[in-house]
Amino acid sequence: MQLARVLGTVVATVKSESLEGRTLLVIQPLDGSYNQKGKPMVAIDSVGAGKGEIVFWCRGREASFPFLPSDVPSDCTIVGIVDSVFLDSRFAASSPKPKA
Amino acid sequence: MILARVVGNVVATQKDSRYEGGRIMVVRPINPDGSDAGDELLALDAVDSGVGDMVVVVREGWSASTTSTGSPGAAIDSAIIGVVDTVEYNA
Repeated sequence: MQLARVLGTVVATVKSESLEGRTLLVIQPLDGSYNQKGKPMVAIDSVGAGKGEIVFWCRGREASFPFLPSDVPSDCTIVGIVDSVFLDSRFAASSPKPKA
Repeated sequence: MILARVVGNVVATQKDSRYEGGRIMVVRPINPDGSDAGDELLALDAVDSGVGDMVVVVREGWSASTTSTGSPGAAIDSAIIGVVDTVEYNA
């Protein structure tokens, strides 16, 4: 799993039937210090996350499991909304941690 | 599997039900000599690891889900499956 910030939503009218009612969000992956890591990507939400929130997401085949028994096509699903991240100061990254 | 250092943890109230009772740790991939080897990720703790520990992290869903929650089929893609005592290797 990895941390990410929700940047916004994706609206798609024409989509797989199994995506009906699902929320597609654009997320920016982050490291433990909330620094951007990699490129923005599209994730399906399973926990009611919204724009601006820090979340964590699951990749791969497992990303479709929160929706069982529905077979939702996903390789990136938001599975939690982050309250706080504790990073031990001994291992803190070089840049200071911004507010969530 | 990869070697990693536990550098912190995540608190999340609203999360997938299969994460209940688990501890979500921030781990930083490392080389056998302890140097950094990539971007941080989150892993569910299956072995009572602590911050500062060198650990073994499995990055495959079936194994991660089974070791950390007791059964497969959870939306978990990484888990800490061992706390490393020592690494002996020839570079």
